[in-house]
Amino acid sequence: MAFSLDTNCGLLNHNIIGPIYCTSTIFPPDILITQFWFNYRHVANTLSVYRSVKRLGIPDSHIVLMLADDMACNYRNPKPATVFSHKNMEFNVYGDDVEVDYRGYEVTVENFLTPRSKRLLSDDRSNILIYLTGQTGNSHGGNGFLKFQDSEEISNMELADAFEQMWQKRRYNELLFIIDTCQGASMYERFYSPNLMALASSQVGEDSLSHQPDLAIGVHLMDKYTFYLLEFLEEVHPASQANMNDLVSVCAHRVSVSPGHHTDLFQRNPGSVLITDFFGSVRKVEITKDTINLTSSVKSGSGDMQIESLTYVDQLPVAEIIHQKPKQKDWHPPDGFILGLWTLILLVFFQTYGIKHLKHIF
Amino acid sequence: SRGAEGAAAPPVFTWLSDGTKDSESFTAAARDQFQEELVIRPLHSGDIYASFQFRTLWDTDFLQERQKVSHYRLFPKSLGQVLSKFSVRELHISFTQGFWRTMQWGQPFIPSPPGAELWVWFHDTVSDVDGNWKELTNVLSGIFCASLNFIDLTNTVQPSASFKPLGLGNATDHRFLRYATLPREIVCTENLTPWKKLLPCGSKAGLSVLLKSEKLFHSSFHSQAVHIRPVCQDEQCTSKAWELRQTLNVVFDLYTSGQGKKEWSLFKMFSRTLTEACPLATSSKVYVDITDNPEVKLKQQTVVLGDRRTYSVFDLTRAEMFGQLRSLNLLLRDMLRPLLHAERYVAGFGLQTGEIHTVIYNNHPYRAFPVLLMDSVPWYLQLYIHTLTVTSKSRDNKPSYIHYQPAKDRHRPHLLEMLIQLPPHSMTEVTVQFERALLKWTEYTPDPNHGFYVGSSVVSALVPSMVAMNTNFTQDQPLFSSFVPVKEESSYFVRVYTEPLLVNLPTPDFSMPYNVICLTCTVVAVGYGSFYNLLTRTFQVDEPSLPLAKRLANLIRRIRGVPLLA
Repeated sequence: MAFSLDTNCGLLNHNIIGPIYCTSTIFPPDILITQFWFNYRHVANTLSVYRSVKRLGIPDSHIVLMLADDMACNYRNPKPATVFSHKNMEFNVYGDDVEVDYRGYEVTVENFLTPRSKRLLSDDRSNILIYLTGQTGNSHGGNGFLKFQDSEEISNMELADAFEQMWQKRRYNELLFIIDTCQGASMYERFYSPNLMALASSQVGEDSLSHQPDLAIGVHLMDKYTFYLLEFLEEVHPASQANMNDLVSVCAHRVSVSPGHHTDLFQRNPGSVLITDFFGSVRKVEITKDTINLTSSVKSGSGDMQIESLTYVDQLPVAEIIHQKPKQKDWHPPDGFILGLWTLILLVFFQTYGIKHLKHIF
Repeated sequence: SRGAEGAAAPPVFTWLSDGTKDSESFTAAARDQFQEELVIRPLHSGDIYASFQFRTLWDTDFLQERQKVSHYRLFPKSLGQVLSKFSVRELHISFTQGFWRTMQWGQPFIPSPPGAELWVWFHDTVSDVDGNWKELTNVLSGIFCASLNFIDLTNTVQPSASFKPLGLGNATDHRFLRYATLPREIVCTENLTPWKKLLPCGSKAGLSVLLKSEKLFHSSFHSQAVHIRPVCQDEQCTSKAWELRQTLNVVFDLYTSGQGKKEWSLFKMFSRTLTEACPLATSSKVYVDITDNPEVKLKQQTVVLGDRRTYSVFDLTRAEMFGQLRSLNLLLRDMLRPLLHAERYVAGFGLQTGEIHTVIYNNHPYRAFPVLLMDSVPWYLQLYIHTLTVTSKSRDNKPSYIHYQPAKDRHRPHLLEMLIQLPPHSMTEVTVQFERALLKWTEYTPDPNHGFYVGSSVVSALVPSMVAMNTNFTQDQPLFSSFVPVKEESSYFVRVYTEPLLVNLPTPDFSMPYNVICLTCTVVAVGYGSFYNLLTRTFQVDEPSLPLAKRLANLIRRIRGVPLLA
């Protein structure tokens, strides 16, 4: 029986840089809602990366955040509207300014790969960061796929194809894919589009570990890989010169499983790629000394004022309601069945009693 | 008496824009104004009820075809564009976490059901109301970061008598009304953030600095709503203006949040204090309900919800208000029982049938009044309307108006509206039996064992008022008493929502496809495999192999050239 899997995936398309996060909580069908709370750390993972990215300058309009479950306002949360990433409730990653685009049942494979609404418009100059976190692959095997809400799954091939489609449509310039799950490296094995770099928290056959439990909240707060990733990102500021090699090496020695990275498809040398290329954004501001004339506002309205006195509608017009005429149904000619039935009755009548009764009719 | 808070402030003039020489562009008086208000009311059970109302009035016409509105000042642009694009006449949307306990807390100023509720009146020029409704829900779900895109035809109804427009208007053809609720919708910071961004001062100045999510969501009840409707601009009502009201109602339970004692302050409730009024507001006031403590100064009396209550008013636009310590020790006397109150529950056992019971209480000692009960039940609870019974005081009570629209599987929910006369001081019970449907396996949510929600029933009534209501429309009226237009003095309109229901549907075992495939493959493999073997296997006599010693002996014999052993 499959157990609870949590998939967080984020897709961020930004004109310059953008991460996308999406989280989906999966839980087996016959286990009740208690399993939601179990996956607190995946939401904390996603929100911490979201927070770092917003801090480094990317606006909400360029972030798609998908959270499959509500942890902050969950009734089990001892401190509502907060999600903590460090124990002793030091660091609230939920904050006051979060905008979740897809939540709850909206987090599906379809909305992840081809969103119909709330999508971001990226072009061939966009750098995209995709951050997925959750659990994939269990002890029964099954690497190479990520489950969404326990009712559907996305395979590494589908993901690779989606990225290839994006490349064909010129929807990205460079793409960084980070995944924090068990057997995470299996998800990027099949990538074949150019300009893709992928980082994973564990190799195939290895499990990703969670980091710190908190006794008040009662669950683990973060995963190890994302914890160190967050620590690293906290030191990055918008003008930082840290590059990808720093990012790759930050998690290598401190965690017990070995994170993987896949940079073959990337055209530039990872050492020359700045972290802020993906995680932050710098807006270009043009200062001009010209004067701009603003046109006047709408001048209408004074000419066509209603002369008659307007009234409010009666909220409960009892007399009107009681005497409301039922909707007039359109008249239809009688159905074939009714016609046939009546013909039969008439025929039997005249059969039995003879034709002379016809004169009573006509 | 009323001089304390001052008369209505003169309209705010817009500033002249730099660099333009066109003198007639911006010197006209601005036609929009903004008012904000906070009402604090201690409740009988020891909780504190705080109600924020932010109102923007704008004299413009969104539905003009000739010229699109393009200059937005106080009115948020996202909502203005929504109104003009979808030809919306009235829009009411609310997000609520928690359930309003009428018996312990009395009547709220603005009622709302748990979850999300959206009802919209479209303009009668709209040709495809359903298409507009679908697009409108998608746009609103993006604006408010909520899953409103789950509103579709399977949970939308067109009430025929409830939800009359709260704004100006004549025609009330209910084909242009759409109503939907999502009882399961969660409200959290991500819904509050865009709501705050719609305010002219954002969350930087005025009363909205108090809106911090950590405190607001740590409460017994939290409801935020947006109401847009056309209203009268002045007393003669010759022209109309658009009114946007953003309301936020919250009930704090000061006992469980560790306070213990019955004293409260703004800092204890919101962990913030007020520092200044919003500079764009023409009036910014805090009302504290001191009906039970008549000794306090700065009083104003207002009739609200059929009751004359006394308020202490603090006008924030006056600079001397800040910096003074005000402590009000408030005693609470016994609360009057609310006159109208409703409950709903599911009775029955098993996963096949059940009964929905709606109980409506009329606590008025001698007056009977009619109520309109509206029930919207999803299609997978198949109602048997022939079992509908309405009893008051154990006698049959025939409704004077029933409108029932049966459900269509996967297309339309049930809609039942009834006008029932409630006898004085009585309990009326409405029961209807239903059967639970078995859904297709793809229609189940990822957590089907949680249950399926049925939206709250809505009870609308004109409750007789003990005190004469004020039918005049004035600008000076506080916002919380002027939400519902009052037509007659002897009664006030009230809407009561019941609890939503959580119903279990018969749920299949979703691991069965896996089990069936395993079992079938095993049977096929074993059965077919054996059968194939039987048909195609040929038997040959096989020489038994010799033991090792004899094999060695044979080897030596071969070398020697001697005949081998058998």
